[in-house]
Parts: sequence; C-alpha cells; structure tokens
Amino acid sequence: MWMPFTEDDASGLDGLDGLTDLAGADAEPRSRALAERFEAVAVEEGLADVTYDFADSPFGALLVALTRRGLVKLDYPDRDVDRELEAIAAGVSPRIIRSARATEAVRRQLEEYFEGKRRTFDVPVDLALSSGFARRVLSAAARIPFGSVATYREVATRAGNARATRAAGNALGSNPVPIVVPCHRVVRTGGGLGGYTGGLARKMALLRLEGALGPAASSVG
Amino acid sequence: MGGSRGRSRGIERAGIRPFQAFLEENREIVYRFLVASAGRGNADDLFQETFLAALRAYPRLAHGSNLRSWVLSIATHKVIDAARAARRRPVAVADPDEVKPDPGRDLSGSPADNRPEHLMLDPREPLWRAVRALPAKQQAAVVHRFVLDRSYQEVGMALGCSEEAARANVSEAVRKLRERMNHVDAVH
Repeated sequence: MWMPFTEDDASGLDGLDGLTDLAGADAEPRSRALAERFEAVAVEEGLADVTYDFADSPFGALLVALTRRGLVKLDYPDRDVDRELEAIAAGVSPRIIRSARATEAVRRQLEEYFEGKRRTFDVPVDLALSSGFARRVLSAAARIPFGSVATYREVATRAGNARATRAAGNALGSNPVPIVVPCHRVVRTGGGLGGYTGGLARKMALLRLEGALGPAASSVG
Repeated sequence: MGGSRGRSRGIERAGIRPFQAFLEENREIVYRFLVASAGRGNADDLFQETFLAALRAYPRLAHGSNLRSWVLSIATHKVIDAARAARRRPVAVADPDEVKPDPGRDLSGSPADNRPEHLMLDPREPLWRAVRALPAKQQAAVVHRFVLDRSYQEVGMALGCSEEAARANVSEAVRKLRERMNHVDAVH
C-alpha cells in the first residue's frame, strides 16, 4: 500500500511541470480532422440513425435531416438549429451525425427546384415527427401537384375530416418538411393565402416560382 | 389535442444531446487524453474506437448522464485495454526503470510508429517516456489529473475506482515520475 499525498497537487508536481501540456497545442485542429473521419465511418457503417446538413436556397441555408426512411426535417434558416436537432434527438433518435454525403441527393434536388429545373422531389419523406390527423393532413398536402393549389377544406376532407379545417391549418403550420411536403400550396377558400410556417413572403415566393401565383398577386386572406 | 404535436412522444428521452453536438463538445478533451496517455501513434485509432463505442451505446444512456465523464471513461478503458493487448504481444518489454528509448512500451509495438513521436515531443521527451513507462492505470490517472485538470472524484469515475484509489494511483505515479526524472537529470 502506498501513502497518498497529504499536500495537494501543485506541490506534488514540482519539477514535472511539462506534464500539464503533454497533449500538445494542435489538439483542436487534429481532433477536428479525426471527428470528420469518424463521421464518415459512422455513416458508412450505418450507425447514424439521422444524418443532416445544409442546403443552399434563396432563403439561406436550409437544414435537411434524413432518417433511414427518408427526409424527416427541413428547416428555414431562422430556426435555431440546435433546438431543432434536439427535437429530432428526442422524437426520433439522438444518433445524429452531420454528413454532406448522406444528404447530397436531397440537397441537390432542392437546389434544382429553386433554379426552376425540378418540379417534383424524388426523395422519400419520413413523417416520424408528426402523428395522427396531422400526419394524414401532411400526406394529403404531399399529393398537391406542382403549379396548383388546394384549399384548407379540401386538404381536411382528403385527410378524413372535412370539418377540421382549423386542425388542418395547425398541422400544415407545424409541417416538419416544408417545401418537399408542399404545405405552401394550401390556401384559403376565398382566395386568401392563409398562413405559412416560414412566413407569408416565402409562401408567395414559392407559389410564384411554381407559377401558381401571378407576379402582382398579394391578397392576404 | 396535445397528442397531435408529434414531439410529445419523445419527452422521456429529451435532454440527450444530438450525437454531433456531443462529439463537437468532447472531441478535443478526448484527443488530448488519448495523446497524453497512449501516444500520438495510437491516439488516432483509439479516438475512432472511443467514439464508435460511444455512438453504439448512445441511445441507451440514462437521462441526465454526465456525457464528458462518460466518454472519458470509455477512452480510459480503450487505453488500458490497448496497453494490455500490447503487453501480451511478443515484443521485448524493457526494464521499467530503464530510461533509454523503449519501443516495447509503445502500444503499437512498432518502432517505426515511435519515430515521428520522438520528433514532435522532443523537448519533453524524457518526461514523456517516463509517463509512458507507467502502468496503464497510473498513466491514465496522471493524465486525467494533470493534463486534463480533473478532480480526483472524476479520475475515480473514469478509472472505475474510488476517489481514494484514484488519489493513490496519482501519487504513486508522481512518485515514480519524479524518481525517473531525477535519474534522467543525473545521467545528463
């Protein structure tokens, strides 16, 4: 049995001061490079339940997150990324890894869409962050074609409850995958635009991009 | 009504950081620990092993776990396991009191791997070698305490032993280091 020191460590280290910086000054860049290698290996080996990265758009960088089943989250830049990823950690899985490679197809398709070169998205959608009626509403909205619009009442009807227009509006307002599930194509019966999760200006910009809104239209219902 | 917001389903797991954030927050301290306790030649592989083990176990973590302590204890076990594996390999293990270059103590067991390390850590080489010559547990203890500046309670958590045992490991390590460094000074 050895005798523990009674004095504390500063005196215990006399003559051994080199110890405190034994690990070197390059730990920050070196560990960043290693973390990037780790991310690639983890994704390749299928250990990430969720991958994410950012897509360029006229609105700024969009967060896109994928599960093995499909696109689970798309967020406009004004949302707090940490909070959004925490919500995914809680609602889907905390095994979330950033990956340019895993998200490449969806990022490219979004860029093509904004360049006017793409009318439909060829990526599966995972509505794991929605449930019940909201999920049915989003599934109904997903079938509205590029260039056209539907009313809240129509979407509520297709989701199985024609009277639940307000609930349908709420479901569309908390759409976890805007743009790809085109909740911007849902408008009011009287011709008003209604609301939008990313703000009304973005809804108008998307509808204009799709040719579903005349350049001068601005009727806010 | 509340059930229609999908997020409510995950509430019992709320508080577990997204792994990417956890990785960003801990990669540097884990790397520093690995370099100091296992050497540059081994740190890269042990870094990958540590975080892969962490990723595999991550969804099963208890709510409110101290993630930093947790990942450093994984890293500690990886270092100790690697040191034991290296010792089992048929390479010459030098006399622990011998101060000369000692490739047998290197975890990789390959003298070629040692060379860049010599160059990079040249100024403090004798101290470096003295740390590397310590038994794996004492080596990890001393790195946790002095390189990472962690409390004895945290050192104990990482080593899987009591605070008193952690203290004893550190003081024994310091005693050996001082002995060896005095020896080096005498030789030069």
